[in-house]
Amino acid sequence: MTTKTVTPHRSPVTPERESLWYLVHAEWTKFRTVRGWVIAVLLTIVAITAFVFVSSDVSSSCVSSSGPSACPVQPTGPGGLPVLDAFYFAHQPVAGNGTITVQVTSLTGQVEVGQARNGAPQMSPGLQPWSKAGIIIKENTSQGSAYAAMMVTGSNGVRMQWDYVNDTPGLAGRMSASAPRWLRLVRNGGTITGYDSADGTHWALVGTATLPGLTSTVQAGLFAAGSYYESRFCTFDSNFCTRATGVFRHIGLSWPATGWTGTNVGGPNFGVPAPGTLRQSAGEVTVASFGDIGPAVGEAYGGSGQSLQRALAGTYFGLIPLIVVAAMFITAEYRRRLIRVSLTAAPRRGRLLAAKAVAIGAVGFVAGLVAATLALAIGTPLLLRAGPLAWPVSLLTEARMVVGTGALLAVAAVLALAIGTIVRRSALAVAVVIVVIVVPYLLAFGPLSGSQPQGSGPGGGGGWPLQITPAAALSVQQAVPQFHQLLAVYPLSNGYYPLAPWAGLAVECAWAAAALALAFFLLRRRDA
Amino acid sequence: MNPSIEIDGLRKRFGSTQALDGMTFTVGPGQVTGFVGPNGAGKSTTIRVVVGLDAPDAGSATIGGRPYHSLTNPLGHVGSLLDAGALQPSRSARNHLLWLAHSQGIKPGRVDEVIALSGLKAAARRRAGGYSLGMRQRLGIAAALLGDPAVLIFDEPFNGMDPEGIVWMKEFLRELGAQGRAVLVSSHLMSELEDTAGHLVVVGRGKVIADTSVADLIAAASGNRITLRTAAPADAMTVLTGAGADVTAAGSGVLTVSNLSSERVVATLTSHAIPFSEVTAHRATLEQAYMELTSQSVEFRAEAAS
Repeated sequence: MTTKTVTPHRSPVTPERESLWYLVHAEWTKFRTVRGWVIAVLLTIVAITAFVFVSSDVSSSCVSSSGPSACPVQPTGPGGLPVLDAFYFAHQPVAGNGTITVQVTSLTGQVEVGQARNGAPQMSPGLQPWSKAGIIIKENTSQGSAYAAMMVTGSNGVRMQWDYVNDTPGLAGRMSASAPRWLRLVRNGGTITGYDSADGTHWALVGTATLPGLTSTVQAGLFAAGSYYESRFCTFDSNFCTRATGVFRHIGLSWPATGWTGTNVGGPNFGVPAPGTLRQSAGEVTVASFGDIGPAVGEAYGGSGQSLQRALAGTYFGLIPLIVVAAMFITAEYRRRLIRVSLTAAPRRGRLLAAKAVAIGAVGFVAGLVAATLALAIGTPLLLRAGPLAWPVSLLTEARMVVGTGALLAVAAVLALAIGTIVRRSALAVAVVIVVIVVPYLLAFGPLSGSQPQGSGPGGGGGWPLQITPAAALSVQQAVPQFHQLLAVYPLSNGYYPLAPWAGLAVECAWAAAALALAFFLLRRRDA
Repeated sequence: MNPSIEIDGLRKRFGSTQALDGMTFTVGPGQVTGFVGPNGAGKSTTIRVVVGLDAPDAGSATIGGRPYHSLTNPLGHVGSLLDAGALQPSRSARNHLLWLAHSQGIKPGRVDEVIALSGLKAAARRRAGGYSLGMRQRLGIAAALLGDPAVLIFDEPFNGMDPEGIVWMKEFLRELGAQGRAVLVSSHLMSELEDTAGHLVVVGRGKVIADTSVADLIAAASGNRITLRTAAPADAMTVLTGAGADVTAAGSGVLTVSNLSSERVVATLTSHAIPFSEVTAHRATLEQAYMELTSQSVEFRAEAAS
């Protein structure tokens, strides 16, 4: 023995202070010294990375009723973003700086409810939330050109929108003949400023748009767009199923007036089912049109590009070995009664559970980080073979996808550990974990992938499994954006999830926290 | 901290079984305390309560006055071997000790020291799953010594050991006690503790039957008895009974006599001219003393025998 002392004896080998990191270090050592567990986690990384070759196998041809055909060309706007730009534009050319002012006295809408014998759409009254009419200054009448607009909307008040993705609210409340809205756009070089007013006298600033490189001569005028309406009678897609009609008075241009020219921007061959119309009478101009102006996201996107998120499609398959290891990280100790040794080393049991959670969570996080980085590095060029991505992905978004995948795996591992602590038996724990984590994912992409949210606001497909189960965390991998001002179908197949990225991860965290709390309660209460 | 274990009034019930029924004793430093009793007497449950694995229904167990769960880096205070089979089979013995060392902030160098101490050097890097029970016991001893603790608790450490291992273990335990540590060793076989334990706590049915030194226990069990060897046992029995002694036959030509001093026995036999070849004071073995003590507490003894 090392000591020759007789009583009292004090251990010379243990430090006087203790630290949770000692226990975390111990748990990490436990993990890395079981070869099967290390191999399983490597398998997680390999599975996620290798799945790229399956998920990015995209063909560049589209399918029409007559078989494979060339994909439609997706119009792009400033910065190369895919845009939806199809509406009726009553315009005249204007040069240099100036102002356009208008009073909107009426905004009404019609929706398609059926088809007449001759194939023409049957319309019935129905104003949609984002149906719009107003004034616009646009570089030219071709799709995707720069613009800024002031408008009244069906139920979102006055808005200023520019360059497809930007949207700022103005006066709230519904307009009517007795409560008309005044709109104004002021051009000064590359800057366009929007104002609104309830009386034409007192003006309020709504927003300022910077349109870089705007040509001196631009088109200024009036527009209307029906925006989104979903109906089984839609002849075309949901963005061409409703028509908005705006009535304008007191039109004032600071530029010399040359008379209105009516143009179907993007149409009539680009999907607008019926041309928009322009009617002029004494002191009043009426513009009616289908279509919309905005980012082409969700179902509105018509190109062949893919969502970058496809590169991470193997995540759930890769998750399986990880959660098996995470559950066994404690159930194997119960099976071998090793839990007793662990608890004599860490008699305050919450600390042992915490140390295990930190260790296995860190393993999951690093595995996710490595796997997502590899998958994106390999998957991006593979996806780009079919053309540009559906939406350009910023470095920040890619970072969120990578870190989010790490977090998703980390939290899943902690959840599996907690379930293992609760049920104590490996086979049962793995079965429960698979049911809780993996099955909702399969449901979301299988039987429920077609379910779509209805009505108000953006939201992806997948239904409840991707909203209330741990599978909701998959939303951290969403690479395509959603826009509140573009009501559209945001299908799971296009890479849309029902929850915002971090909100989905928060759902998974809530599951893990609840399971950990129950695990802690039981671990403390039970004899070991 | 005082190297001692204080067990006070422990009670614990598992379903209809009263596993601990007021277990009370103290383990002091500087010697090996044998913790003996038949299977099911509550030894393992007591030990699990001491190291905080099981919660008692009543009573308390402390280490030097402190509950186990309040100890800082507990393996530096108490080393325990509860279950030599509690191992992850695919992990090597060295890695098993390594994670334990990390959990207490013990330097990895200490791992190699205890591997050498427990005689596992040659096998330390092999999977523990391939170990014999005797090797697992040695690994358990190594784990208990990792923190060089003042209090050691071993539950049935001789299980599965070969004779050579048992000799090694006995010597090892004695040495640990001699170093001033408080060493508690449980066993269901008294013979394993003979000439190892200085103090004995004998338990049955969840409580202490005897808490004594080995010498006192043997003396108590021996009683005032005399072994008599004679060619005429029937006659001897008659005359001795007549002199007031209790006599029982202990084999062919051998009688056990109590309640009469050896001088009176010799005098009585001589006066009746009964031949005898040997009169000796009876000395019980530790095993016999133990059997006598625990015979009352062995549950279902009759059923087990039939």
